[in-house]
Amino acid sequence: MNGEEFVTLSLTPLLIGTFSAIACALPGNFLVLRKQALIGDAISHVVLPGIVVGFLLTGAISTWPMMLGAAGAAIVSVVMIEAIRRLGKIEPGAAMGVVFTSMFAAGVLLLEQTDTSTVHLDVEHALYGNLESLIWLDATGWQSVLDPQALAGLPPELPRIAITLLGVALFTWIFWRPLKISTFDEGFARTIGIRTGRLGLALVIAAAIAAVAAFDAVGSIIVIAMFICPPAAARMMTNRLETQVVWSVFFATVSAVLGYVLAGYGPLWLGGLDAVSAAGMIATVSGLILMICAIFGPCRTRSGAPNSN
Amino acid sequence: MLWDALALQLGYNATLVAIGSTLLGVAAGITGTFLFLRKRALVSDAVSHATLPGVCLAFLALVVLGGDGRNLIGLLAGSAVSAWLGLLCMNWLTHNTRLAEDAAIGAVLSVFFGFGIVLLTIIQSLGVGRQAGLEGFLLGTTAGMLRLDALIIAIGGAATLILVTIIRRPMMMVAFDPEYAAARGVAVNRTDLAMMGLVMAVTVIGLKIVGLILIVALLIIPPVTARFWSERSDLVVLLAGMAGGLAGYLGAAISASTPDLPTGPIIVLVSFGFFALSLLLAPARGVLAAVLRHVQFQRRIHIRQGLLALAQGQMIYEPLTLRLLHRAGLARADGVATDAGRARAAKALRDEKRWEIVRADLTHEATAALYDGLRDIETVLTKDQIEEIDLRIGGPHGIQP
Amino acid sequence: MLDLVSSQGITVEDRGPGDSPLAVRGLTVSYGQKPAVFSVDMTVQPGAMTAIIGPNGAGKSTLLKAALGIVKPLSGLVTVYGRPLEQQRTRIAYVPQRASVDWDFPTRVIDVVLMGLSRELGLLGRVRARHKAHAMDCLHRVGMRDFADRQIGQLSGGQQQRVFLARALAQEADLYLLDEPFAGVDATTEKAIIDVLKSLKSSGKTVVVVHHDLATVTEYFDHVFLINTRKVAEGPVAEAFTAETLQSTYGGRLATAQIDQISRVLG
Repeated sequence: MNGEEFVTLSLTPLLIGTFSAIACALPGNFLVLRKQALIGDAISHVVLPGIVVGFLLTGAISTWPMMLGAAGAAIVSVVMIEAIRRLGKIEPGAAMGVVFTSMFAAGVLLLEQTDTSTVHLDVEHALYGNLESLIWLDATGWQSVLDPQALAGLPPELPRIAITLLGVALFTWIFWRPLKISTFDEGFARTIGIRTGRLGLALVIAAAIAAVAAFDAVGSIIVIAMFICPPAAARMMTNRLETQVVWSVFFATVSAVLGYVLAGYGPLWLGGLDAVSAAGMIATVSGLILMICAIFGPCRTRSGAPNSN
Repeated sequence: MLWDALALQLGYNATLVAIGSTLLGVAAGITGTFLFLRKRALVSDAVSHATLPGVCLAFLALVVLGGDGRNLIGLLAGSAVSAWLGLLCMNWLTHNTRLAEDAAIGAVLSVFFGFGIVLLTIIQSLGVGRQAGLEGFLLGTTAGMLRLDALIIAIGGAATLILVTIIRRPMMMVAFDPEYAAARGVAVNRTDLAMMGLVMAVTVIGLKIVGLILIVALLIIPPVTARFWSERSDLVVLLAGMAGGLAGYLGAAISASTPDLPTGPIIVLVSFGFFALSLLLAPARGVLAAVLRHVQFQRRIHIRQGLLALAQGQMIYEPLTLRLLHRAGLARADGVATDAGRARAAKALRDEKRWEIVRADLTHEATAALYDGLRDIETVLTKDQIEEIDLRIGGPHGIQP
Repeated sequence: MLDLVSSQGITVEDRGPGDSPLAVRGLTVSYGQKPAVFSVDMTVQPGAMTAIIGPNGAGKSTLLKAALGIVKPLSGLVTVYGRPLEQQRTRIAYVPQRASVDWDFPTRVIDVVLMGLSRELGLLGRVRARHKAHAMDCLHRVGMRDFADRQIGQLSGGQQQRVFLARALAQEADLYLLDEPFAGVDATTEKAIIDVLKSLKSSGKTVVVVHHDLATVTEYFDHVFLINTRKVAEGPVAEAFTAETLQSTYGGRLATAQIDQISRVLG
């Protein structure tokens, strides 16, 4: 494949996939350590009703209301989970299960009741996105990267996910110390004045924003896989949080690039079939990476003196 | 229309769907209860998502072997195999690596599902799909349900229920206290696997009606709902079965009576309705009851503390205490006790002293355990006992120089 | 014989909230419908080592956590050096129970101690050589200098406890609150911890310890606070730590043999 074809057809999906993966993996590190990994699962399910409501309220398939709807749904779900957990004294896993399945069901129902035939909005799209279609038609080759006119024709998902990634990275960088301390020892964190409740909520909101932006581009499967698999694999590689985050970014990038390439060209190499779902393949690759790390990773087993309780 | 549906008068297909959904709801509610009590509710999410690659591979295998790819038994068998594989992966990750169960669940569900999507796109591109309708397994389709499908669901549901009945005791013991169960000779690992096997069975049976994404709801919501109404585990199991069955039946009926209402989501939402009502209104564990109780409790605490402070001539620092005392006519707005307040305060102080004696006395150990700072001593001791205690306290002391 | 009339327990010297390092008034904390701590007043004496003592489930740790704002009380006021807790965070150092955290967390011993400096470092402040030196010094004081680069999961229970103490030392506070620091630790650790606490005391700091071992109370502490949901007694060990107050605190739960043993310790 020559440069022209690559820039037009593959550069933007590759970048969008990679940015999405990293934006989810960053907060994922903390979610996994806080044993809240499944918040990512819950968020990615409730994005669907959020988008449908956003669409119903504006009646148009414009991006911002739908993304706001999705972010709103994510926050509503988190608040509901917390409320059910505390008010009903229900363990968090079950509370999550109640909320996200019900909201997802409501989303499906709304979607079926709404005339969305004119717009590209369906459950399958919500689940596995359409990364392959985010191509850069205005590009004529590498020189287009510096051509303002061609740049104006970039798929809008790219700047959106880039800004989101920047925001998530900034959040992680600025609040690194309090996040680390409150994840490790919440009681101590409170005694030194860290507002652990608000910080925890901020983390979930950051995760939700990453999920919504990534979802917009690549569907919800990548979102769940990227929240969990790269950080989980990174956990097997090191005993330092700083190093773990670097590994997780690396694994997220490898998953996105390798997954996209395998999905696009793998079938061709095997004998001329059409390409397969890139989102599914990225999730699969991240799972393979996790498997390899879980079998061979230097820090794969639990350490820690047995606790008395 | 709805009445016709509820009375199963809406035609052959709707009746099949209603019966199937009811059975599915009962089986899922009962099975899910053990999972919920074991605090592993979301394991079902991993199991259900892990069915997808199995369904797709089974379809491909059936086509390659020259059969009809849509053979339900074949597809369900495939889904069971891959769900089982997902379960083993999850168990392996939690036991052999440092990952906690939540991360293992998330990893398995996303990776298996992602791989399933890859297979789904392969099937679509093969052109053998004849639009295989495999997408129907994501959210369930009841439109073209056959008599055979309904029969499979009915037999599967009944078999699951029989199995649950047989192994309910070890499952309950493991759910309640795994270590004790192990000490009593219950094979905890095997019981856990059996529990997961049942979850898998329910998932596979439910694929057709509600689909793999929403089956989780039927396994989780009815048990959580039932838990609000009872503290007895066997009752919770029964109530969960009833809540699940009713949701299945009502959901199927509503969906049959109105065009364009998909069965799966309606069943889930009806189930959620039951849950929401229970969360708010259940007598002991419901939110409304809890809020009322808490407000009352806080008031009693404040009044009691205020009375004790009055009795000992201490300052009352908290405005809420003052306000409550004032409103009860026990103190003036400036914190000085009224006559009634002084009498109540003296009584409160004396009761505290009595409790102190009770709590320091070995012979009253059972009574002492009831102490919570609020309980009236008359409710736990007889008059004679109180008199005996008063004797030990003696009369008012003089001031010693 | 002590006069036990006051239902608030024996208050040998109550100066009022005033300037006490930690003063608690009318504190009630409840998990559900049963108070864990009921209407407790506590006035910690400056420059003293105070033990909080009581049976299991008597609300010792809850009292400490409520005083620190970790759990929310139903009622009550807490002041630290005469001012609200929020304004005095820098003057308090807290050592939680060892079992309260996940020791598999990916971090090293030195990083845990540096957490004690996070207020000084702020959000983005860089860890400089002097911060590191200070953290190493704190590790040295608890005898853990050689373990600085270890992963925390590789430590024994006693070593973990000492790392937590080093983190508190790094905070350079005036008031140290420790939750069961001697629970399940080896003799070396117990000795190391008590030496550090005594040196804190001799430099004028105030130390409050939730403690469970009655046999060592007289040896380690100079003040006690006896609690069983409510305050039973408070004061210098010689006055407030007696067979009688212990009987009131532990009720039927303290075996008679134990009381005898303690009476012997008490002389």
